[in-house]
Amino acid sequence: MSLTPDEIRHIASLARVGLTADELEQYRSQMEVILDNFQVLQEADTEGVRPTGHSVPLENVFREDEPSNSLDKEETLANAPRREDDYFRVRVVLE
Amino acid sequence: MNMADDLHNLTVHETRDLLDRRQVSSVELTQAHLDRIERLERQLKAYVTVTDERALEQAREADVRIAAGEAYPLTGVPMQIKDNICTRGIATTCSSRMLEGFVPPYDATVVKRLQAQHAVILGKGNMDEFAMGSSTENSAFFPTHNPWDTERVPGGSSGGPAAAVAAGEAMASLGSDTGGSIRQPAALCGIVGMKPTYGLVSRYGLVAFASSLDQIGPLTRNVTDCALVLDAITGHDPRDATSLPQPGGGYATALTRDVTGMRIGVPKEYFVEGIDPEVAEAIRQAVAVLEGMGASVDWNASLPSTPYALAVYYIIAPSECSANLARYDGVKYGFSDHEAGSMWDELEGTRRQGFGAEVKRRIMLGTYSLSSGYYDAYYLKAQKVRTVISREFQEAFQRYDVLITPTTPTTAFRLGEKTEDPLQMYLSDICTIPANIAGIPGISLPCGFVNGLPVGMQVLGPALGEEAVLRAAFAYEQATQWHTARPEL
Repeated sequence: MSLTPDEIRHIASLARVGLTADELEQYRSQMEVILDNFQVLQEADTEGVRPTGHSVPLENVFREDEPSNSLDKEETLANAPRREDDYFRVRVVLE
Repeated sequence: MNMADDLHNLTVHETRDLLDRRQVSSVELTQAHLDRIERLERQLKAYVTVTDERALEQAREADVRIAAGEAYPLTGVPMQIKDNICTRGIATTCSSRMLEGFVPPYDATVVKRLQAQHAVILGKGNMDEFAMGSSTENSAFFPTHNPWDTERVPGGSSGGPAAAVAAGEAMASLGSDTGGSIRQPAALCGIVGMKPTYGLVSRYGLVAFASSLDQIGPLTRNVTDCALVLDAITGHDPRDATSLPQPGGGYATALTRDVTGMRIGVPKEYFVEGIDPEVAEAIRQAVAVLEGMGASVDWNASLPSTPYALAVYYIIAPSECSANLARYDGVKYGFSDHEAGSMWDELEGTRRQGFGAEVKRRIMLGTYSLSSGYYDAYYLKAQKVRTVISREFQEAFQRYDVLITPTTPTTAFRLGEKTEDPLQMYLSDICTIPANIAGIPGISLPCGFVNGLPVGMQVLGPALGEEAVLRAAFAYEQATQWHTARPEL
């Protein structure tokens, strides 16, 4: 399984984990080894098998729509890296 | 016996008697554990946070309840909580720079349930960052050391909980298990650790890693304590949409040492390459003990898709992780890179500095598996093989009440031994991963020593088969003495 530098850069840009050039190369070679190992799956016969997303046979879980208190505002905003009044402050998105 | 010296060696159910007969108070018990923590933490590093004042306050309240005759099984019992389980007002870091100083505004449901019994919370257990790892060396703060040999790892990701319980720094702890993160460290530290059926215990307030695999469970020093803690934390929770409607519980009272006629399968695929022959032998001897007690054993059981499990797991778990960890954007909580020039720079800077190497590696792997062009070959294929593996277990449990395997291929390895080779580290979860893929319960319990290091035996059961799993484990434990061994510290 080969991963090109372009592919790994593309994945890193999607993941937004800010990898350096050295890290990109290190992850590229490590992921090649790991992905090679995953090739074993191609031997598994899954003809006509449906995928499992969850091991629990539950679907469409409903509950009564009863009003209740949400989290305390001050406690919740206490973790905000930047706060302005009762808002989370974010960087400019559109300039 | 000098009781004050030995309080940290007691089990939960022994303590219950002493507390209820007023021979020891929860304050004394809690103080004994805080003293033990004070003495051992420099060596072990099993705690990220110790909440001593709060713990003593909870102990005083517990003593009031006990005096009033209102004690539950865990009232006054000093426990630890893994640091990815939210505790209101107490920092919950996931051992990550990203959540350093994060103080949750709410309690996880399991924490609420422990508080409802007036258990005492001593603090938060160290772990691999965001529960990604098998040695606790991925903690952004410090590695935890194995109480049996401090140059070795305690396993992971619940290495702090396992080391704390093994060393008497807590009577019990709660961990999380996504691919073996309770059972593997329990095995390497010589204690009992259980991953319940997926959905039996609420995940509300557990910081998400891989939501279809994550499950909270107990780490304790024996099987009875495991059942008592499991009783306390199970039950339907409307706040977790994957929580099963069954109430669960009643496990402690159902424990019996009678395994007459119990059908045990020993799947051969768990005894292949990479398994230390002495570990394999310890497991076979343990199964023979149960056979001698009247269980019928098929030594040649087979789950042929087992060799696919590792690849399935390391596609599905990173994929879910890459989605779950997208929330760490430096806006709502956690670390934020204020130095960056633009929104995108801030986002990348936050994640570059906030996440450690293994977390980034998993996010990269998951992003790759989910990306267009590879989705069918990796993620979808892995989900299909997941179905095949689950079916095999279902068929096996038509023939067997429980399956018994090693919990880990080897005993505890040395710190640093596997950090340079991620695939070697991943392989240490090879025996525990299949249970998460299928959502079935599994327990690890002590079954011997190899060169002075504990060996763990894994008992697996069908979905909601906790009772059979605990019964096999309890019967074995009652017939042996391994669980009474304590590390010299």
